[in-house]
Amino acid sequence: MTNTGTLQVTTPTDKEIVLTRVFDAPRHLVFDAWTRPELLKRWHGARGWNLVVCEVDLRVGGSWRFVSRGPDGTDMGQSGVYREVVRPERLVLTEMFDNQSYAGESLITHVFLEQNRTTTVTSTVLYASREARDIVIKYPMARGVTESYDRLAELLLSQS
Amino acid sequence: MSTDLLDATFAALADPTRRAILARLASGEATVTELAAPFDMSQPAISKHLKVLERAGLVSRGRDAQRRPCRLEARPLKAATDWLENYRGYWEESYQRLDTLLAELKTNEESRKS
Repeated sequence: MTNTGTLQVTTPTDKEIVLTRVFDAPRHLVFDAWTRPELLKRWHGARGWNLVVCEVDLRVGGSWRFVSRGPDGTDMGQSGVYREVVRPERLVLTEMFDNQSYAGESLITHVFLEQNRTTTVTSTVLYASREARDIVIKYPMARGVTESYDRLAELLLSQS
Repeated sequence: MSTDLLDATFAALADPTRRAILARLASGEATVTELAAPFDMSQPAISKHLKVLERAGLVSRGRDAQRRPCRLEARPLKAATDWLENYRGYWEESYQRLDTLLAELKTNEESRKS
């Protein structure tokens, strides 16, 4: 796994989406960037979206809350609770959006693996149900578009 | 492409039977009878799926009143993959900002050590 800079996405089960990315930095720095508000604010967010609220109570049972502001001024809030905090190797948290279109909270597990001064971050999003994940796929403004993407890629391949 | 049509495309693709119908049509047009054959489903059930696919613009029906063959329309698929690729790019940008930040943190840490 030396392909630094390529975001990989897989769907190992029908309730999960897994994102993998390699960073050219030791894992304690990557872990900091994932957990310290002043650092999170500098990178977290899709194109045109920035964190305007970033609260992190980094301990088991501690809560977190992000509010992202989009290019048209729309605010989108999400929050949850930390379930496991093992610096610098593992972070487990629950997540729910303020205006979520599907039921139940998601469980996110980030694993930080260091090898030769590079860090592989594996983020697993476990949805409450297959239905929840399928809604996320149907309305891709949430997170899990990639299974559709894989299906589409398959379809397009089969056409050629 | 409108958001409504994208929603319809993704909703249409969320079902395994409909994906199988599209995969079948990728190898050439077919009638409802031909499409129903490999599935353990009635023709009306297949027709329901076809209506969803037609509404999403993924399938069109021929004029021949008897056979009304179905064919795959690739344009909405292409629009959906383009849209998704663009979406993936959104997140990739976030990670690229993190690359820049980590380079800075590494430099800071090294200069503190020296």
